[in-house]
Amino acid sequence: MSAFDSTEAAPELVRAAVGVPPRPIRARLVTTVVAYGTLAVVTCLLAPLVGSTPISFSRVFDRSIPFIDNVDAQIFFVARMPRVLAGAVVGAALASAGVVLQALLRNPLATPFTLGVSAGAALGAILAISFGAAISFGPFSPVPFATLVGAILAASIVYGLATKPGRAMSTSVLLLAGVTLNSFFSALILFVQYMSDFTETFRTVRWLMGDLDIGSFSPVLGALPLLLAAFAVFAMLPSSLNLLSVGAEQAATRGVDVARVQRLAFVSSALATAAAVSLAGPIGFVGIVVPHLVRLMVGVDHRIVLPASAFFGAAFLVACDVVARTVLAPVEVPVGVVTAMLGGPFFLWLLVRKS
Amino acid sequence: MAARTKKLTLAFLLVCGASLYGSPIAHAQAPAKRVVSLVPAVTEMLFAVGAGSQVAGVGSYDNFPPETKALPRVGALLDPDVERIISLRPDLVITYGSQVDLEKQLSRAGIRTLSYRNGGVANVLQTLRDVGRVTGHAAEGDRRAKEIEGRLDAIRAKVKGRRRPKTLLAFDRQPRTLQQMYVAGGRGFLNEMLDIAGGDNVFADDRRESVQPSHEILLVRAPEVIVELRATGLAAAIGEREEKAAWLALPSIPAVRSGRIHMLNGDYLVVPGPRIAAAAETLARALHPDAFK
Repeated sequence: MSAFDSTEAAPELVRAAVGVPPRPIRARLVTTVVAYGTLAVVTCLLAPLVGSTPISFSRVFDRSIPFIDNVDAQIFFVARMPRVLAGAVVGAALASAGVVLQALLRNPLATPFTLGVSAGAALGAILAISFGAAISFGPFSPVPFATLVGAILAASIVYGLATKPGRAMSTSVLLLAGVTLNSFFSALILFVQYMSDFTETFRTVRWLMGDLDIGSFSPVLGALPLLLAAFAVFAMLPSSLNLLSVGAEQAATRGVDVARVQRLAFVSSALATAAAVSLAGPIGFVGIVVPHLVRLMVGVDHRIVLPASAFFGAAFLVACDVVARTVLAPVEVPVGVVTAMLGGPFFLWLLVRKS
Repeated sequence: MAARTKKLTLAFLLVCGASLYGSPIAHAQAPAKRVVSLVPAVTEMLFAVGAGSQVAGVGSYDNFPPETKALPRVGALLDPDVERIISLRPDLVITYGSQVDLEKQLSRAGIRTLSYRNGGVANVLQTLRDVGRVTGHAAEGDRRAKEIEGRLDAIRAKVKGRRRPKTLLAFDRQPRTLQQMYVAGGRGFLNEMLDIAGGDNVFADDRRESVQPSHEILLVRAPEVIVELRATGLAAAIGEREEKAAWLALPSIPAVRSGRIHMLNGDYLVVPGPRIAAAAETLARALHPDAFK
């Protein structure tokens, strides 16, 4: 947490702009983490209580029934808990990556999804699923590694485009680049599907809609190294992001190694996106909806926004998955469809409001 | 290629509606002498009714009977090669129901088409008779259809009166996990096959052809028997034991506890063609081993 309580003050203009009184950052951070952390924890505790089927909680925790016979306990611990955990982890990762990319590119519409990083990760995953299904490295699936390669590739392209020295990229150029990357990777995904066995198309299409029903905790463990690395870097970034979001030159004069921060931010958001995509497929719009809602509530200081977005993102995606599981029960709606239904109109509203 | 045939057929089975339709077959027309079939199930029917020597070309995924291996390939559902089809000078082309543009092109070239859609068992038998009629083998078509009907009735009789186990019929999922699973819903060819074989589909109430159940739904539906139809390619790559082990994640499912999980391999199980009686028998043996002792 050392990065969060950095003595480096946020630029005063940032604070003044949102009318936040100059309270000590440590106190605000504690309040934020407690409030948003509670929201996330409560959501994660409530989410497994509902599903397509009513279950009896006295049976779930009844130790006298062996687990192997206890359907309610299996629904709770095998079907719902891993799913909720995956939702929390993926939501936190995508929301945080959104915050970092938006600060870095000084653009409110930058997210892993809009910049094509999700699509790059998805291409990697589809390749691994279609052609690497029979390969496994002991207990490790090739999917997280392949998503990481795809995400890093996409992030490098965006980085190369966006970091022309001395200027921020225009919104239109950035969005066009994102659209182009997205279409390019989507076309490659179609090509992979075309070349691979025919009904794999069904599985991969389902996967591309986003799916948190992972059925055990081991996929989360598989994605854990990527997540830990991503969040470790995220924790170092907020102060520099505050300065960067004012301007690269101003940040440099304040002693920020701009190129290094940019590289760290891109790599960490690629890591987080890869972890999220390897677990649940490319779930869109979390990276845009969550940071914006959080900024409306807590202002723009990244030392607050980043941890708040991580927690809020976790709660948001877990809640979306509850909707996905229950709204048409017993038929399930892919969770990516739910986030898109909420996020698509929100994205358009942001775009209209901005222009 | 074997796996691909199965997969293509399966995919098609799911994509399309459940009825045979097409240009009404003009009985007065002369029997087709050169037939190109893009549909593996119909290719099998052509050979079954004795029109094998009239088949001039087949789709990319056709591999049964073995005679098809020597025949020219003309693409398939997504990539039919019109030039190649026309160059084979067919007087009848069997197309998929969704290949509307291809049918238009062929009709401009003066070539008759018969468009085919997967349906239930009754449609398979009707198509078999139609295929016999258009190729001048009407009697053989009728005979084969009757023979299949007879075999299916024999299977129905064998399993009649036996307790019908609650069965899950799965045909695709992510290897080693129970994710992205596709199972037979309460409508369509696979559901009907399961019914003939004496099983009660646990998703009979879901009026879709295919269902993608979550772990929770699988636990709740609690099948007594699980039958997985597997692509041969995948079966070779990943051992049966390893794939069955994926089910241990849901130990309360009766089929998992009793070990009644059957991995069935083979294209004939999912191709709605003349081998459906053999397929139904394989299913029935898995569900009612005692009836076949």
